[in-house]
Amino acid sequence: MARKIPPPAVTVESRAFWDAARGRRFVVPVCTACGKAHWYPRAICPFCASDKIEWRAASGKGTIYTFSVMRRVAEPYVIAHVTLAEGPTMLTNIVDCDFDALAIGQPVSLVFQETENGPPVPMFKPVK
Amino acid sequence: MTIKGKAYIAGVFEHPTRLAPDKSVAQLHAEVALGALKDAGLSREDVDGYFCAGDAPGPGPAPMAEYMNLKLRHLDSTELGGASYLAHAAHAAEAIALGKCDVALITLAGRPRSEGMATGTTARPRDPNQPEAAWEAPYGITTANGYAMCAMRHMYQYGTTSKQLAWVKVAASHHAQHNPHAMLPEVVTVEDVVNSPMIADPLHRLDCCVISDGGGALVIVRPEVAKSLKRPPVKIIGAGEAVKHLSGGTFDLTTSGAARSGPAAFAEAGVAPADIKYVSIYDSFTITVVIQLEDLGFCAKGAGGKFVADGNLISGVGRLPFNTDGGGLCNNHPGNRGSMTKAIEAVRQLRGEAHPAVQVKNCDLALAQGTGLQLATRHGSTTLILQRE
Repeated sequence: MARKIPPPAVTVESRAFWDAARGRRFVVPVCTACGKAHWYPRAICPFCASDKIEWRAASGKGTIYTFSVMRRVAEPYVIAHVTLAEGPTMLTNIVDCDFDALAIGQPVSLVFQETENGPPVPMFKPVK
Repeated sequence: MTIKGKAYIAGVFEHPTRLAPDKSVAQLHAEVALGALKDAGLSREDVDGYFCAGDAPGPGPAPMAEYMNLKLRHLDSTELGGASYLAHAAHAAEAIALGKCDVALITLAGRPRSEGMATGTTARPRDPNQPEAAWEAPYGITTANGYAMCAMRHMYQYGTTSKQLAWVKVAASHHAQHNPHAMLPEVVTVEDVVNSPMIADPLHRLDCCVISDGGGALVIVRPEVAKSLKRPPVKIIGAGEAVKHLSGGTFDLTTSGAARSGPAAFAEAGVAPADIKYVSIYDSFTITVVIQLEDLGFCAKGAGGKFVADGNLISGVGRLPFNTDGGGLCNNHPGNRGSMTKAIEAVRQLRGEAHPAVQVKNCDLALAQGTGLQLATRHGSTTLILQRE
C-alpha cells in the first residue's frame, strides 16, 4: 500500500493498545463486569459504564461489514468497517487485495501496517 | 411544554454568491444576517438572540456578535455540522417560548470553494483529544468514502441500485434548471449520473453535492412580532434532534438519526408523513436522501431506492416534491453545510414564493431535514416541521 498512514494519536487511555501493537499483538478491550468487547477502545465500558476493562488477545479474524474503494486520489485505498470475531465492528482499511474482488461478508484477517513515526495500526486482508 | 406555535420564521435570506474570493467569512455572515432582517422587515437593533455553528469565525458567537455590533441576551452555538441550523431554529423557538429572547438571528456562511478545499476526498483535521481520533484518522475516512460505505451496505441489505440513487440527482436537476443562481442548472439523466467518474464506490461524481461559497440566515420571532410584520407567517410546529454514533461497535449504517429526530418532530407537530406537502432533505449525497426519507417514514425501511425512482421527487410529477431550489446536489452547499438552505426553500414553498415552475400547490405543511457530520461514524440529525398560517 503506497498511501502514507498518519500515526495514531496515542493517549494515556490507549497506550497499552499501542504498546501491544508495537509487539505485533492485537488486543481488544473487554469489560469484566458485563463480559462484552467494545470498539473503539475506552477506559469506561460503553455498554455498562464499568471501569473494569481488560485488554485481551484477539483472534484477528473478522468479516467485511461494508467498504468503499476511494478512487479519486493519487493512491486509491479501501476504507471498511470489519466485524471482529470477538463482536464489535471497527473502522479499518482492507489491504493486499484486488479492489474489484471485495465483497460484504468476506472473511478477512489482521495485518499490522506501519505508520509514519508511530506504532503500527491494525488493518485487514482477505483470507485466501 | 412544546414549541408548537410559539415561534415563527419571519425572515430568510440565501446569499446569491457561489464563489466569493473577495469577501471574508465574517462579511458573508453579516451580509446574510442583514438580508434576512430586511426580508423580515426588522433591523439589527431588534435582534436579542444570536445562533451560529462552527462555520462562524469563533470561538462561539462572540466574535460575530461584535462584528455585527449586536446587543444580545440569548446565545447558542450548538454544533452538529451541516445539521446545526435546524437545531438552532428549534432552540430559538424554545428560547422565545421561555421569554429568553424575542428576535433570534441564525447565520451560516463559508467559502470552501475560494479556499480550494478538497471537501469530500481529504480527511478533515481532528483534535487529537477527540476520543475516536486514533481509531479513525489513520484509515483515511473522508466525507465521500464514509457516505459511500453507507450506500454500499444499503445496496447489500436492501438491493438498492446506482440507478435508483441517480434519480435523486435527476430530480434535483429538474428543479435547478429554474434557479438562476444554481451552480449546476443543466438537467441530467440517470445515465449521466451512473456514467460520471467513480469517486468512492458506489458513489459517482454526480451522486455528490457541489462545493460552494455563500451562506444563509433565518430570523425567528415570537408570535406577537410575527403578526406585526408584512411577510406571510410561517409557524414552527415541531422539531426533533438526535446524534447517532457507532454505539461501542454495534451499529447499522443503513439507518440515520432521522429515525429518532423525525418521529419526535411529527409527534410534537401532531401530523404524519402523509400530511407533508413538500420536503427539504439534506442531500450531501444521493444516498443521504434515500436513508433519511426511509427514516422519516415517507416509505418503509429499505424501500427508499424504489421510492425515489421514476421522478417521484420531482415537483409536479411525483408524490413528494423535494429540494425545489436544486438542493446541495445542484444549487449550492455553502460552507459544506446544507440544512440552512433546506429551511430557506421550505419557507419559500410555504410562502408561495418558490419558482412558479416548482411551486407546490396549496403548500401548507413542509418538513426540513438535516444530517450533519459523518453518516458512517457519528452524525447529528435535525428535523423541523413548518406550517403556513
